[in-house]
Amino acid sequence: MREAALGNSGMNGETSDKALGAPVLEGRDLARYYAISRGPFKPTATVRALNGVSFSLHSGRTLAVVGESGCGKSTLARLVTMIEDPTAGELLIDGKPARVGDRSLRSLVQIVFQNPYGSLNPRQKVGTILDEPLRINTKDDAATRRAKVEEMMQKVGLRPEHYDRYPHMFSGGQRQRIAIARALMLRPKVLVLDEPVSALDLSIQAQVLNLLMDLQKEMGLAYLFISHGLSVVRHIADDIMVMYLGRPVETGTSEAVFSDPQHPYTAALLSATPVANPQGRRQRIALQGELPSPLKPPSGCPFNPRCWRATDQCREIMPALAGDAAQQFACYHPLGEKAPSPPSA
Amino acid sequence: MPLLEIQNLTVEFPTISGLFRAVDGVSLTCDTGEILSIVGESGSGKSVSMLALMGLLPSNARITADRMAFDGKDLLSLSARQRRTVIGKDMAMIFQEPMSSLNPCFTVGYQLGETLRLHMGLNRAERRTRSIELLKFVGIPAPEDRLGNYPHQMSGGMSQRVMIAMALACNPKLLIADEPTTALDVTIQAQILELLVRLQRENGMALVLITHDMGVVAETAERVQVQYAGQKVEEQPVSGLFRDPHHPYTAALLASLPERAVIGERLPSIPGVVPGQHDRPEGCLFSPRCTFATDLCRREVHEQGPDFGRALCNYPLRIGIPMGHPTLSVALAGEDA
Repeated sequence: MREAALGNSGMNGETSDKALGAPVLEGRDLARYYAISRGPFKPTATVRALNGVSFSLHSGRTLAVVGESGCGKSTLARLVTMIEDPTAGELLIDGKPARVGDRSLRSLVQIVFQNPYGSLNPRQKVGTILDEPLRINTKDDAATRRAKVEEMMQKVGLRPEHYDRYPHMFSGGQRQRIAIARALMLRPKVLVLDEPVSALDLSIQAQVLNLLMDLQKEMGLAYLFISHGLSVVRHIADDIMVMYLGRPVETGTSEAVFSDPQHPYTAALLSATPVANPQGRRQRIALQGELPSPLKPPSGCPFNPRCWRATDQCREIMPALAGDAAQQFACYHPLGEKAPSPPSA
Repeated sequence: MPLLEIQNLTVEFPTISGLFRAVDGVSLTCDTGEILSIVGESGSGKSVSMLALMGLLPSNARITADRMAFDGKDLLSLSARQRRTVIGKDMAMIFQEPMSSLNPCFTVGYQLGETLRLHMGLNRAERRTRSIELLKFVGIPAPEDRLGNYPHQMSGGMSQRVMIAMALACNPKLLIADEPTTALDVTIQAQILELLVRLQRENGMALVLITHDMGVVAETAERVQVQYAGQKVEEQPVSGLFRDPHHPYTAALLASLPERAVIGERLPSIPGVVPGQHDRPEGCLFSPRCTFATDLCRREVHEQGPDFGRALCNYPLRIGIPMGHPTLSVALAGEDA
């Protein structure tokens, strides 16, 4: 399974590895377990927050990670930004193995958080917020730093007079611009976007998505785009990884996954997403139940208790990720073959 | 006469720097068996107007309305005590954050029973039977075991189901759902919306669904009211709204949906931000962000008739063309010919 998932330069569909060069970010069978205490006199339990995640991301491309809460999206972000080390597996940034505390690689991967109201220090001026990464990581003098900050402010659509203002004087969309500018100060190669637009209003969301697309073109950034909003993902992503309970259940090009989902969970997720077209009201795939506790994951395929196609085989052995270059899925009964149709709502 | 009728509702809050008008002359009606959706961005006054209706605003809020009637009763003239006999019984509300709407100190069974005791006067055994029935109704497995649970023992989706069960306890005639699925995952969101629509049909309730998600509107509502900066800007049946929006704001909002754009292309976005307390423009509130705005719009704005969805706009759109616009409509019509 590991080889299969790796050997595919894969997540990039038609384009070969050669054309794109080496990936700037590569995960090989990443796993992250947490030991949690359940109270005195009880043994600690292990939460397998992330398990067997492999991917590769090239400059100028966007990989979207989608899934519901508890699927391991944020854990993946913590590994990629070197906040935590993986329990198993290997993370390569720019071809070099990454470990927590490796300062040479740290500046290459930066992150933008979901909530721009919580991620900016209210006591710092915009200029100070943007200056801080340079002050700590470079030997530039004050004048050079100021020039760099102003250049970046212009790039993300902030005006020079915003330099001396505090975050509370800005709207949500502008705060997110500040957060993006801060992440870009050290000229990273990879930007992790953790639900960057889900806290924003619809009209502002479009502005920020446009900015992100422009910056990607201009600076050749690679995006790891974490989201649960599938319409946003479809618009911006080249490749997609659908996760469920810490495992990737389907990966592939955005086009392949959206037009022809193979894993039942992907299909259910797509059908549960409301579409802004009243003529297109359709039968939903009605998923029963909720995400199982990651403390006691079901045996076999993690999705089997909610899956309408599950058989005994699914309940016993975890299926491996398989498929072609454009799309892989971990399922014994993919939707391509004839099988019972989903329960309709 | 409609079940719920509000005319010209205005809500203001005193702040240090003067009065802040959160709701500005909003009218709405909702009839039995109908799903009305109020859609708008944050700050559009959609929640505040419903909280005003429920009497849940802080005491410093100044609420004025020409008329606020529910089920033949004039809510403006009721005393607080009289109002409480209606609220929670005939008119119920569910909120956005299910986890923080339930009281963490009491069991689910107690909180459900409280409504039944106050409004229906049921005794202990009857309350238990009815609670179990309600929990079963909203799709909670093993309801007998859930009665003794505390809110922290349940997931977000389960808590929202309990909230719905609580709101339905006295068979309300009107249910107000304020962003009921925003805090939930999409597969759970689908379940909850499905449940709300089913309950609305089975009980013949009126349902007011407040949301900012155009997808949710398209899939559940029958009639839609669009709000912007505290004002109602447009009102239409759902199919008409998505096919032919009459207010430029609605049109721009729909155009900025990623799913309506070409994949990978720039999205048509609305420049600027929603006006705040101190930069409310004269005339049309949307004029600083509107592509069609003229000097007239910056001075005054007129409401259109029902043909144009009562759009609060001087040049309402018909298939994207601003009607009566001094420069654009002539130019566009010329192009057509």
